[in-house]
Amino acid sequence: MMILVQDLLAGNRLALSRLLTQVENDTPDGRSALNELFIHTGKAHLIGITGPPGVGKSSLVNQLAIHIRKQTGKIIAIIAVDPTSPFTGGAVLGDRVRMRDLAGDSGIFIRSMASRGMLGGLAHATSAITQVFDAAGFDMVLIETVGAGQAEVDIARLAHTTLVVEAPGMGDDIQAIKAGILEIADILVINKADRPGLEHTERALRGMLELAHPVRHVFQHHGRTEIVESPKDNQELLESTWIPPILKTIANDGSGVPELAESISAHAQYLTQSGDWNRRERSRLETELESLIQDTLTSQFRANLPEEKYARVMAQIIDRKLSPWEAVLALMNGRQH
Amino acid sequence: MTEKKIRVLVAKPGLDGHDRGAKVVARALRDAGMEVIYTGLRQTPEMIAEAALQEDVDAVGLSILSGAHMALAPRILDLLKTNGQGDVKVFLGGIIPDEDVPGLKAMGVTGIYGPGTSTQDIVRDVRIAVLGELAA
Repeated sequence: MMILVQDLLAGNRLALSRLLTQVENDTPDGRSALNELFIHTGKAHLIGITGPPGVGKSSLVNQLAIHIRKQTGKIIAIIAVDPTSPFTGGAVLGDRVRMRDLAGDSGIFIRSMASRGMLGGLAHATSAITQVFDAAGFDMVLIETVGAGQAEVDIARLAHTTLVVEAPGMGDDIQAIKAGILEIADILVINKADRPGLEHTERALRGMLELAHPVRHVFQHHGRTEIVESPKDNQELLESTWIPPILKTIANDGSGVPELAESISAHAQYLTQSGDWNRRERSRLETELESLIQDTLTSQFRANLPEEKYARVMAQIIDRKLSPWEAVLALMNGRQH
Repeated sequence: MTEKKIRVLVAKPGLDGHDRGAKVVARALRDAGMEVIYTGLRQTPEMIAEAALQEDVDAVGLSILSGAHMALAPRILDLLKTNGQGDVKVFLGGIIPDEDVPGLKAMGVTGIYGPGTSTQDIVRDVRIAVLGELAA
């Protein structure tokens, strides 16, 4: 395994790909590689892209990557997460279909991941996978996932910059936009901006935005709109606040993509200048540690628990002889029942 | 440690415009618990080899209806080998005349499936090829 890590650090793409598999499958080799690679992490800009199915996330990622490659030459990894079927354990991962323009560019690496049992959102191993890309020297890692279940929260915890993508005409726009996305979105994108219903969607988002960021008041005064206490009026406030912009794009022809790239770049700058980058890094690593502690304790507990004891306790719960809480105590204290 | 998932690339090389068959196979593999990376239409051999490498797949399924299989299959097998993925199992489906089958097998194609093949046969063959005889 050490050889694989060395090859990866030297730029070998097969080694990188094989290591991604080890890490995704949580093998002992994968873990030991992560240990070795950790010191090389912390440099990549992690960008999450989430939103309902069908809004054009993959197409947007495609255009964004093309633009950033052309403008900056940055090396980009793309992780596209799609749901695993809870019934069969399999998945069809089709995001590459929308990213054909990125083929043949050695500065791009696309990896599809199935969520493997996680309810919506990210796969368990996504965070570890981003670490491998980070250590391998990628400047940016774009993580794309469908905004189902806990996805937005998962992504916001992992990424430095989170994009939430919506599209007009997806039903009743105000209801269709998930409550709480404002708390995690750093940039709001309305893709398919050429579709009817654009103004409706934009107004709905702006309305939610104004509720979430009360520093900026807009009110009607004799029929005119006036802005009071906008951060723009207060330089200090402006520098310490990031108000999520609402950007409009049409991924099919690339409209709005340069502005989106600029906004992402501006957010990265804001994070560094405000000290937020370090705060988020800390919070991310804390979440990572917490989650690993939980997983390790649980699996150790299960490993030390005899199957027949578990079955016996379960039977008592079903017979209503033991409540679930009593069962847990019984299992943990080793009391005989 | 998580259980090993079989990862399969399903690709449409060349100029075929029709991918219903490929999608049927992709779904069958998914229903058998595999992770299927579907590339879409009009893939060049280079694109297919690149995707196979980035996704570290165990098997590649090629769907060719245009009759160009005798040109496309060896090119793809070659690229896989050059990239260090000579152990990836290649399967071929579509319109393949019987007389081409021995040649393709000799090149290294593991399985060849014409119209009417049962998807369960494909699932079984992929499993055996990737996991060994015991997996059947």
